[in-house]
Amino acid sequence: MSDASSGPTVLELEHLTVRYGGVTAVRGLDLEVRRGEIVGLIGPNGAGKSTTLHAIMGAVSVEAGDVRVAGRSVRGRAPEAIARSGVALVPEGRRIFAELTVEENLRLGLSGRRSREGVEEAVEEVYGLFPVVREFGRRQAGALSGGQQQQLAIGRALVAGPELLLLDEPSLGLAPRVVDVVFDALAEIRRRGITVLLVEQRAQRTVAFADRTYLMANGEIRLTLGPDDANDTEAMVHAYLS
Amino acid sequence: MSGAVVGSIDAQTVVDAVGLGAVYALMAVGIGLVFGVLRLVNFAYGQIVMAGAYALAFTSQAGWPTWAGIAMCVVVTVAVSTVMDRLVFRPLRTQSPAVMLVTTFAVAFLLQNVALLIDVHDDTIGEPAASVASLNRAVTVWGVEIRKVTIVAVVVAVVSLGLLALLLTRTRIGLQMRAAATDFGTARLLGVRANTVIGAAVLLSALLAAAVAVILTVQNPLVSPDFALKDTIIVLVGVVVGGIDRLWTAMLGGFAIGFVTGVINGALPTDKTVFLPSVVFALVIVVLLIRPSGLFARGRTGLVERL
Repeated sequence: MSDASSGPTVLELEHLTVRYGGVTAVRGLDLEVRRGEIVGLIGPNGAGKSTTLHAIMGAVSVEAGDVRVAGRSVRGRAPEAIARSGVALVPEGRRIFAELTVEENLRLGLSGRRSREGVEEAVEEVYGLFPVVREFGRRQAGALSGGQQQQLAIGRALVAGPELLLLDEPSLGLAPRVVDVVFDALAEIRRRGITVLLVEQRAQRTVAFADRTYLMANGEIRLTLGPDDANDTEAMVHAYLS
Repeated sequence: MSGAVVGSIDAQTVVDAVGLGAVYALMAVGIGLVFGVLRLVNFAYGQIVMAGAYALAFTSQAGWPTWAGIAMCVVVTVAVSTVMDRLVFRPLRTQSPAVMLVTTFAVAFLLQNVALLIDVHDDTIGEPAASVASLNRAVTVWGVEIRKVTIVAVVVAVVSLGLLALLLTRTRIGLQMRAAATDFGTARLLGVRANTVIGAAVLLSALLAAAVAVILTVQNPLVSPDFALKDTIIVLVGVVVGGIDRLWTAMLGGFAIGFVTGVINGALPTDKTVFLPSVVFALVIVVLLIRPSGLFARGRTGLVERL
């Protein structure tokens, strides 16, 4: 992990501010993710975590500040352009296409690839990581269970061959056993050297898992935690309630 | 039929009704394709057809061969659709559906008046398109007189809709279009280019408009600025009756309203055909009262929920 923290910067948020009408969802956020790192973002509902991910993807407009991916500003660019620059999002609620087959959902993920080469390998890698995606390939994606859909959503993001993977509450609404499957997959993704920014509600688990975790509240970072702080619930609760 | 006082539903009527249903199904799919990706009900679709019909008329008058006239018709519908997308739809993409619908009304009237200005150059309104008129001749099949254009309409509809189905299910752009029609926001987050998908929908819709222009011009070779206007209104109603949020329900709606219009037209006594729109729209009201989300839609749709 020490080698990751000294790698080149993949994502840099500089004084990022996002407003919805009169409400400021994210206030002057500064954040940096280096190559190979897994960075967690936790905090109460409405803290601005998902908004931060949407701002990175260009899905919401940025009021002030900058978003840089691999040193280049992507502020103001269309979501598809950002996706094609090597950033993939696993959205909250999975957002799979229920009426398309599992295989078609996966193939849609290829739209974000920067190169046509290595497509088969990328798909095979996802099949290796999530055998269920291969097994139910011809089934309608809407017929899958929540856990299977989440695996499909992560697989769909991975086939794009992203340099940076953004995950928005991947364990939301899943049974504890299935949450283990998701975190096991994230561990495998870490082994493959993919940089991850993980938004989660499961605070302790995220802090223990990530190289570094930021606790957000009211649009700002309140606390920075390392894996050793996972049991420091007092500090977390204090920051959540502040 | 022309001499009959009392109409009746015979094989002739059914064949003609199927022909009309086929043309309206093509128009419904043309409208449905653009609606799918833009959530835009394009009232100006009829004017794209009208522009294509004028291309047929002018090339016919200039003595061009029929194939060249049809090629020009395709060029014109594609050009008008593309310009409409770039100048009107694209800047308004993020606006509400109501704003976009009203805008398409404005575009429709603008195009109609542009056509009028061009048409009156010879001091008459209406331009004949004689080159495709030969398709209006009839052939007799099992004692039923079938106009060649009816056969052409059905064949063109089946072939183009079959090709479209293949494109939507077997190609990358087709998959992207289906995804965009369901959830454009998520599709874009996956890297699906909005402009490419919308451009493809506009192009396919223009090609269908060209096919419709040829068939309607054969049936009615005098092209005027209000060409295809009445048909567009009927098809728009058919699309809503069928279920606008899906391509196949929109297509069935288009076919159904064309077929029913054809059958009622045949069934009504000749002196009562003036009541045709009233009968058709009364039926439409009844259908919408019973199935507000569409005759062929499954359950309640998001559109109804939103309203």
